[in-house]
Amino acid sequence: MRAPMSWLRELVDIPAGQGGRDVAARLIAAGLEVESVESAGAGIQGTLRVGRVLDVEVLTEFKKPIRWCQVDVGEGTPRGVICGASNFEGGDLVVVALPGVVLPGGFEITARATYGKVSDGMICSERELGLGDSHDGIMVLPVGSATPGDDAGPVVGIGDEVLDIAITPDRGYALSIRGIAREVAIAYGVPFEDRGQELVDLPAPRADRAPQECGSEDPAGCDLFTMRTIVGFDPTAGSPVWMQQRLVACGMRPVSLAVDVTNYVMLELGQPLHAFDLDKLQGSVRAARAVDGTTFETLDHVVRTLTANDLVIRDDRGPIGLAGIMGGLETEIDDATTSIALEAAHFASDVTARASRRHGLSSEASRRFERGVDRDLAPYASARAAALLLQYGGGHYVGLTAVESPREARSIALPATLPGAVAGLPIPAETSVALLEVIGCVVAREGDVLAVQPPSWRPDLTDPIDLVEEVIRLHGYDKLPSTLPAAPLGRGMTRPQRMRRRVGMALAARGMAEVLSYPFVGEAELDAVRLPVGDERRRVPRLANPLSEEQPFLRGTLLPGLLAAARRNNGRGTSDLALFEIGAVYLGEVAAHSEVRPPVDRRPTDEEWAALSALLPHQPVHVGAVFTGQREPQGWWGPAVPAGWADAIEVARTVAEACGVEVDMTAGADPSFHPGRCAAVRVAGRIVGVAGELHPRVVEAYGLPERAAAMVLDLDQVIAAAPEVRPAPSVGSQPLAKEDVALVVDRAVPAAIVLAALRRGAGSLLESARLFDVYEGPQVPAGKKSLAFALRFRAADRTLDAAETAAARTAAVAEAQAACGAVLRS
Amino acid sequence: MSGPNTSFDPKQVASLDATAVAAVVDSALADIAAAGDLAALKEARLAHAGDRSPLALANREIGALPPAAKAEAGKRVGEARGRVAAALKERQEALERERDERVLVEESVDVTLPTDRRPLGARHPLTTVMERISDVFIAMGYEIAEGPEVEAEWVNFDALNVPPDHPARTMQDTFWVQSDDSGVVLRTQTSPIQLRAMLERDLPIYIAAPGRVFRTDDLDATHSPVFHQVEGLAVDRGITMSDLKGTLDHFATAMFGDGIRTRMRPSYFPFTEPSAEVDLECFVCRGASVANPDRPCRTCGSEGWIEWGGCGMVNPRVLQAAGIDPDEYRGFAFGMGVERTLMFRSGVSDMRDMVEGDARFTLAFGLEA
Repeated sequence: MRAPMSWLRELVDIPAGQGGRDVAARLIAAGLEVESVESAGAGIQGTLRVGRVLDVEVLTEFKKPIRWCQVDVGEGTPRGVICGASNFEGGDLVVVALPGVVLPGGFEITARATYGKVSDGMICSERELGLGDSHDGIMVLPVGSATPGDDAGPVVGIGDEVLDIAITPDRGYALSIRGIAREVAIAYGVPFEDRGQELVDLPAPRADRAPQECGSEDPAGCDLFTMRTIVGFDPTAGSPVWMQQRLVACGMRPVSLAVDVTNYVMLELGQPLHAFDLDKLQGSVRAARAVDGTTFETLDHVVRTLTANDLVIRDDRGPIGLAGIMGGLETEIDDATTSIALEAAHFASDVTARASRRHGLSSEASRRFERGVDRDLAPYASARAAALLLQYGGGHYVGLTAVESPREARSIALPATLPGAVAGLPIPAETSVALLEVIGCVVAREGDVLAVQPPSWRPDLTDPIDLVEEVIRLHGYDKLPSTLPAAPLGRGMTRPQRMRRRVGMALAARGMAEVLSYPFVGEAELDAVRLPVGDERRRVPRLANPLSEEQPFLRGTLLPGLLAAARRNNGRGTSDLALFEIGAVYLGEVAAHSEVRPPVDRRPTDEEWAALSALLPHQPVHVGAVFTGQREPQGWWGPAVPAGWADAIEVARTVAEACGVEVDMTAGADPSFHPGRCAAVRVAGRIVGVAGELHPRVVEAYGLPERAAAMVLDLDQVIAAAPEVRPAPSVGSQPLAKEDVALVVDRAVPAAIVLAALRRGAGSLLESARLFDVYEGPQVPAGKKSLAFALRFRAADRTLDAAETAAARTAAVAEAQAACGAVLRS
Repeated sequence: MSGPNTSFDPKQVASLDATAVAAVVDSALADIAAAGDLAALKEARLAHAGDRSPLALANREIGALPPAAKAEAGKRVGEARGRVAAALKERQEALERERDERVLVEESVDVTLPTDRRPLGARHPLTTVMERISDVFIAMGYEIAEGPEVEAEWVNFDALNVPPDHPARTMQDTFWVQSDDSGVVLRTQTSPIQLRAMLERDLPIYIAAPGRVFRTDDLDATHSPVFHQVEGLAVDRGITMSDLKGTLDHFATAMFGDGIRTRMRPSYFPFTEPSAEVDLECFVCRGASVANPDRPCRTCGSEGWIEWGGCGMVNPRVLQAAGIDPDEYRGFAFGMGVERTLMFRSGVSDMRDMVEGDARFTLAFGLEA
C-alpha cells in the first residue's frame, strides 16, 4: 500500500516539521512495515512547464512514426519538440522539460538535432519523471487543469513523499489511507478524521425513478449489500487532476471518472466498490452462489467457469461479477455510460480467498476482502463515491438500496492481567483499557476481566492474545525488559548430530571443501550420471512448481549436485578439487492427492500423525565426495599425485572411522562408476554406499578431468551402526616382534581376502597386519601378483620367543594358502 | 659382620706409583686435547676412561694393597681419573659447540619453502555458523531439534495457524510437491520443527533447530530459493516476551559481539502473537545511508536496518494443535536467517557465493567461519 504524505495530512494533523521518514519511523515502531519513502519526482532539477500541443506533424520516413510537435509553453512563440509517443493529439496539455532541466538519473535536457529537426525540449512520461512505471506513453493532463507555462510540478505532484508499506495479512484495515492515518494519529497522539464513519451529504434522491434493486441470497458469504444509483452522468467528464495524481502516486492508472472514483474511495477508505452500467443490468442485482459449470467473462477478458462454491454477483441473466474479486465484461461502464449502479458490499474473507485462489485471480478488491474489510463501511464509502461522481460527472442521485444481515456481536473476554503477564512487565489495567480504546475498541471492565468489543474494521481481533498484542505493541516493544528464562539442564547434542559434525571435520581435515548444493535435479542430470530407468534414485518426489522445468525433481543421490559443483569449479579454473557434501536425499514418490487433514484445535491422534508421516518420502542424510585433477600438487618434494579411485575409497573409510564404524570394501557395481574401479562400501555386510572412479561417460558428460573419482554413503546407516561406547584396547608394554611375509596369489584375488586370512591364521598374538607392497612383473609368474605384508606380534604378558613368533607366522601363511592359494614368496 | 682384611698382597704395585699415574694422565690429556672431532674423542674416552684403560685397571689394583697404602693410592688414582673425566667433559662440550656451529648450520634448509602438499580443507561457512549458533543455545540449556525438509502441509501451515486459503500462505512462496493438493510441501520455514518438538518432547521444551528451507524465489544477490534458518522455541510455565527479548539479546551479542544494535518491531506471523521482526543495524553502512542520497547503500536499501528474523510469543492456537494447554503454558519462538547471519559476520555481499559451491569461497573459511 502506497500512502502519499499529502493524503495522510488531510486526515491527520501531523505535527509540523515531521516528514515522510519521521512518520515512517513511527509506523515501523507501531508494526507497519514501511519498505521505502520515496519523494515523487526526486532527482528533477529545474522547473517543468505545462505545455499545450498546438500542432502535430507525423514524420513517416523513419522506422517508427515520429511526431514533430509545436508546443505552447507560455512563451508566446511555440517550441518544436520531437516525440516518439502517440497517445496525444493537438490541443492536449502535456508536461514539458525545457533545455536545462535535469530529469531523474542525471538526464539533462538540451536542444538537440534529431530526426532532421532541432528538438527544443522533451514531452515527458510518468516514468521519465520518476512518478510511476507506466509505459503507456506521455502524461496528458486533463482539459482545463492548467495553463501553458504553469509550473507543472504541483500539478503532477512532484515533491510529495510517498510511503510504501507492506501490509501483513492481519492488518486489512491498513490497506487504506484511513487505516494508515489512524495509526499515524495514534503514534503522534493527535486527532484523526475518520471518513469511514461520517456519512457525506447527498442530494435528495430523485423520486421519479426507482433505484436499482439489490439483495443477498447467501448471507454467510455476503452479509451487507448496498447499491447507489445515479442517472444523467456525463460520460465525457474526466477525473480531477488531484485525484489522478493520487491514483498514480498509489500505483494505479487513471482510467475514467467512474472507475477512478471507485478506486480513489477504495484507496482512501479500504472499501472495494464496483460501478455497473445501470442500463446493462437486467432485474435485481444480488450476491448468490454460482451454478456449477456456468461461465462468464470477467473484465480482464478471461472466460471464467464457475463452481457452486463461487460467490457471484448476478442479475436475471446470470453472473455479472465475481464477488469481491472482479466485475464482468458485459455490464462494464463504457464511454457512453450515463447511468451508474454503484455496488458496495461486505463479502466473507474465506469465500473471497478461495475463489481468488481457484481462479488464479488476485485484484485490489480481493486482496482487501481476503484480509477483511470493515463490516460497516459500505454505505459510508458508497456515499462518498456517489458524492464525487455527482460533483465531477454531474447527473442525479436516485437513491440507495441495501440489504443487511444482523451483525454478530463480538466481545472478547480479556483477563486484565494477561497483557502484563505475557509482556513480562507490569501493565496496569487502565493502560490496557486506554490503548484498546485508542484503536477503536469498546471496553467494559468487569472485575478482573475486560470485556472488549473490537471495532468493525478489525476483524483480525478474535482471541484474547490478539488484544494482548495490540496492548504490548502500542505500549512499545522498546519498553520490554531483557530477561532470561531458566532453561532446564540440557543434554547437549544427540549422537547423530555429533557424528555428523565429526564427519564434516574429518573430511575437511583431509583437505576437502564442503559444498551445499541445491537439491533440484532433472532428467538430463540423472541421464548424465547414467541412472537407469527404474533406479530407486529416479523414483523421487517431483515438484508441482519447480523454478525450472529442467529440474523438477528432488535428488535421490548427492552425485549430480557434487558433479555440477565440480564442473563449475573447473569452469572457473580450479581443476584440482576435493569436494564433499552432507545432506538429505529424497527417496520415493509423493501422491498427488491427499485427504489427510487433521483438525487443529487438538493434538493429532497417533493414527492421524502416522497418516501425515506416510505422505512424506524417505529422507536419509547422505555424505558424498568428488575428486578431480591432482590430490597432491607437484612441489619441491616431488611430482604431483593424481586423484583417483583410491582417494574416494579412503574418504569412505574416513567417514566410517570418524563414527567408529568398521567398513569393508568389496568389488561394487554402480552405473555411475567405472565397472572395474568401484567399491561397494559395506557395514556389517550391508552395502551403505559406493566409492571409486567415475564412469568415463559420466566424467565426459560433466567435462571433468579424466579419472575423476567419487563416493556416496548413507550417513544415517553408518551412524546407526556406530557403537554406543568404544571399548578401550589393552595396550601391551611387552616387546614387539616383527615379521614380514610376501605371498604370491592369483591376480584376481582381492587383497582384503588375503589379509583377512592372515589375520585369522595368525591368532591372538597378532597385533596388526598391514599390506605394504603389491608387485606384478617378471619376478612372479604370469597372472600372479605378490602381496607383501608387515605382521606385528605381541603378547600381553611376556616377551615372545622366536619359536612362538615363527609358529604364528607359519599359521598365518597356512591359512592364506588354504583360503586363497597363497604361496610364500621365497 | 666381616672380619678384618688380612689377605692383602704385601708387595707394592708398580702401576700405582705416582710417576706411573702421572704419565698415564699426561698421555690421556694429550690424546683428549688432540681429538679433532666427537668420534676421535669417543676413542680417547674408551682408551683413557674405558673399562680397560690404565687408570681403570689401576683402580682395581687398589684393593690388593695393604690397608696402610690403600688410602693414598686410592686418592691418587681417584684424582687422576677425575682430571681425565674433566678433560673429557670439557673437550666434549667444546667439540659439540663446534659441531653445533658448523655441522647443524651446514644442514640448514629453506623453511620458507611451501608446505602445501596436503592443505587443510574447509567446512561450508553456513554449516559452521549453524554449529556456532547451536553451541550458543546448547550452552543455554537448549537441545537441537530436527525435522524433514519435505514436510506435510499440515505441519508447515495448518497446525501453525495458517489455514488453507489464508492470505498468510501467500507470504511465503511455496514449492508444492507433486501437486498443490498432495498435502506435501518443501518446508518454507523451520517453524514446523517447533510443532514436531512440541508433539515429540516432554515439557518444558527449550530447543533450537537449524535447517534448510525453500521458497520459490529466483537466485540473485540477496535471494535464494534454498536457504537456512535457525528456529528457537521455549515452552514453559510463565514464559514472557521479555524472556524472548533477553534471549535474542544474548544470541545477538554471542554472534556479533558486544555493542551490536538490535531492535524489535511489531509484525505479523500466524504462529506467534504478539509477533515481532528482529532487525540488526546494517553492517555495511551502519545507518550512514539513511536519508543520504550521496551515500546510497545497496545492502540495506538505504534503510539502515536489515531484517535478521522474526519472533514472537507462540500463538495459543499452535499450542492447542500440539495438545499443550495454553492456559498453563506459554512459549516464545524465533527464526533467523543463517545466510544473513553469515553476511553480517563475514561480510559476504552476494548470496550466490554461498550456494555455488566454489571451493575458493569455502576454503577461505577453514573450519570455522
